[in-house]
Amino acid sequence: MTFDEIRKQAESEWEALEASEKPRILIGSATCGRSAGALSVRLAIETELQRRGIDAVVTEVGCIGLCYAEPLVDIIKPGRARICYSNVTPESAKQLIEDYIINDNARPDVALGTIGDKCIEGIPKLFDLPVLKSQVRISLRNCGFIDPENINHYIARGGYSGLAKVLGMSPEWVIGEVGKSGLRGRGGAGFPTARKWEFCRGAAGKEKYIICNADEGDPGAFMDRSLLESDPHSVLEGMLIGAYAIGATKGYIYCRAEYPLAIARLNIALQQMKEHGLLGDRILGADFSFDIQIKEGAGAFVCGEETALIMSVEGKRGMPRPRPPFPAIAGLWGKPTNINNVETWANVSAILQKDGEWFASYGTEKSKGTKNFSLAGKIRHTGLIEVPMGITIREIVYGIGGGIQDDKKFKGVQTGGPSGGCLPASALDLAVDYESLAAAGSIMGSGGMIVMDEDTCMVDMARYFLSFTQAESCGKCVPCRIGTKQMLTILERICRGEGKSGDIEQLLKLCEVVKAGALCGLGNTSPNPVLTTIRYYRDEYEAHINEKRCPALVCKPLVSYYILPQKCQGCGICLRDCPVEAISGGKRMVHVIDQTKCTKCGTCLDVCPVRFSAVVKVSGEHIAAPDKPIPVGVPGREKE
Amino acid sequence: MCFLMLNYAVLCSARGEVNFLEEMLKRLEKILNAYHGDKGTLIPILQEIQGEFGYLPEELFSEVARFSGISQNEIYGVATFYTQFRFTPPAEHTVKVCLGTACHVRGGADILDAVERELSIQQGGITSDRKFGLERVACFGCCALAPVMVVDDNVYAKMTGTKAKQILMEYGWKDKKA
Repeated sequence: MTFDEIRKQAESEWEALEASEKPRILIGSATCGRSAGALSVRLAIETELQRRGIDAVVTEVGCIGLCYAEPLVDIIKPGRARICYSNVTPESAKQLIEDYIINDNARPDVALGTIGDKCIEGIPKLFDLPVLKSQVRISLRNCGFIDPENINHYIARGGYSGLAKVLGMSPEWVIGEVGKSGLRGRGGAGFPTARKWEFCRGAAGKEKYIICNADEGDPGAFMDRSLLESDPHSVLEGMLIGAYAIGATKGYIYCRAEYPLAIARLNIALQQMKEHGLLGDRILGADFSFDIQIKEGAGAFVCGEETALIMSVEGKRGMPRPRPPFPAIAGLWGKPTNINNVETWANVSAILQKDGEWFASYGTEKSKGTKNFSLAGKIRHTGLIEVPMGITIREIVYGIGGGIQDDKKFKGVQTGGPSGGCLPASALDLAVDYESLAAAGSIMGSGGMIVMDEDTCMVDMARYFLSFTQAESCGKCVPCRIGTKQMLTILERICRGEGKSGDIEQLLKLCEVVKAGALCGLGNTSPNPVLTTIRYYRDEYEAHINEKRCPALVCKPLVSYYILPQKCQGCGICLRDCPVEAISGGKRMVHVIDQTKCTKCGTCLDVCPVRFSAVVKVSGEHIAAPDKPIPVGVPGREKE
Repeated sequence: MCFLMLNYAVLCSARGEVNFLEEMLKRLEKILNAYHGDKGTLIPILQEIQGEFGYLPEELFSEVARFSGISQNEIYGVATFYTQFRFTPPAEHTVKVCLGTACHVRGGADILDAVERELSIQQGGITSDRKFGLERVACFGCCALAPVMVVDDNVYAKMTGTKAKQILMEYGWKDKKA
């Protein structure tokens, strides 16, 4: 079949679906949706449809990115707009079938928004909501709209037309088009994609490889998982285009084993590509043969580094090696190899489906296009977002993110995971692009964005990231192996209240050494969380070291719990729930915490009834409390 | 079959477990047969062995070495490098507490503390009755639900220490105070 025939077939299948006389129900069921209960919602919907004898089409789609609202269920009645319902439970799903499908009440009270040109009274348009309004969807263009397990859905929405186009052009033209787009590596470092391809294309040798880096290891980052689960073909088409431009014959996707659904959907996608003549020998009849194989990672963060990743694909310990030679010259099995990240590949297919200039019309002068972020932490609208480069952090946090959870105070935002930095409130108006983030001491990174509020201790954050990089250091080079360990030891001491004067200076010195001396990116960037927290939150370090106080009340050795004698009613709940029996008291007796036994788990604070609110958590403060239980109503109460 | 394996077979037969080892080798052979002539397959082989047995049984290493032409020493080096691989059988239920960044800022460490205290084991440990194992993971990628705990394949969202204890009891954990 020619590509035109393939496309016509796909389009007619898609149009038939769109024009369906039956109601359609779409369930967002990427891993995030499933964790929130999407599969039990699906089961409830199917059972209810069957029980009522309703003929409807139920489809699982990927993730539209509104994680906070999951599980998401969309209902399309013939000729109407698509309505998106959020936080659906098995019970509310049954109710929606009764209310909307049977009784034609669209339930504006529980609907999130509508999708499509048509409107439904009382329901806003989904893409007009603040959470979506400033987003631009290029790499996520199909996420939440297509069935990721059906290649025809992808093709009907323009998929593989980029590949069909490039097969009629020269590889140099393809690289030129990617160059015009200004696309830079979305894995975090931001190297211009076209230049990387040029190096590999120019390298000597007939056998060349392409690798898709899907070893998304940053804690708090899930952009690539979501994209692979929701639209695997956009990544695969990008890889085919790259292979054609570079002259590669074989490709690998190196994906975390922790992403079983992504791997399953990639396998289905590869099978369908073969059936459509889009993979294997003489793709679409052209003089271009290419095959793709999936390699599962085995749990090593350092394997996100390209030379370590290559070692791992070869079946060895994933330890990085010095560069040069760069993988473009000598990579997998010693052959020229080009590695790009999942998001980069998805952008490549979008660029070639349209053109380079269109992509370059988004973003800033040096950072073109869009960037995906997984927005998480103390934020109202946790989710996967795609924003044009140059957007401010304020717009992301307060516009898209809806502000801080529980109306608390914004303290900072962390980008780039363990390799990135924490930026303070004064950086809220910073533009998100490669250069601005680097100038502020952080990095673009692969796209983790964690929002922190006043209850987050920045010294503890630095300790947390260091504990991660230290554990994940492969141990090959001394600066990273010993340096991260020494930094972690100092940070742990500070968090225990055993900091000494000179610790901050010592940390800064270690940071310089590790940054300059480590062999690979893991080590080079590991000081970033420490450097930025010292730069922007030095007062917190000083409070820990000089006053033995944790202002955010996070570092356990520095906080204490007390029961206020004026407020305790002697109800006994905390006494019963304390896991270490540190609380003494009796009926109508003011309860007392034995500070020597207390493990500071916070259970007493959690369980104390709100109407009493007798438990307090303090750091560096003394609270007057009796040594042993006394009758309720005796001390200090007369003052009230 | 190498000396070590024979040695182990002798030991097994003395314990009346010879059939057990033979059975394991048969299952291993099935896995290895799919990998003839490919390069760079050590990690997928180890992953399949762990998928089949739940861990990497030491007594199978010599056969993997013979098949792949990679020394046992090197195989062990690769297996210990990656956190996915384990060398002891897993517990009946594996509790995983997420300590990704989003879970960390929302109190993931408190959940880990609570489970450690309740089961009286540290992360990486297994209860003496082999019913529960406890692991920490770096990120499940469902940050909207933080803090998250996973038991076997079931995800539990927005955890608290008290909730963790209740969930353990659903899997047959007996309350110490009861």
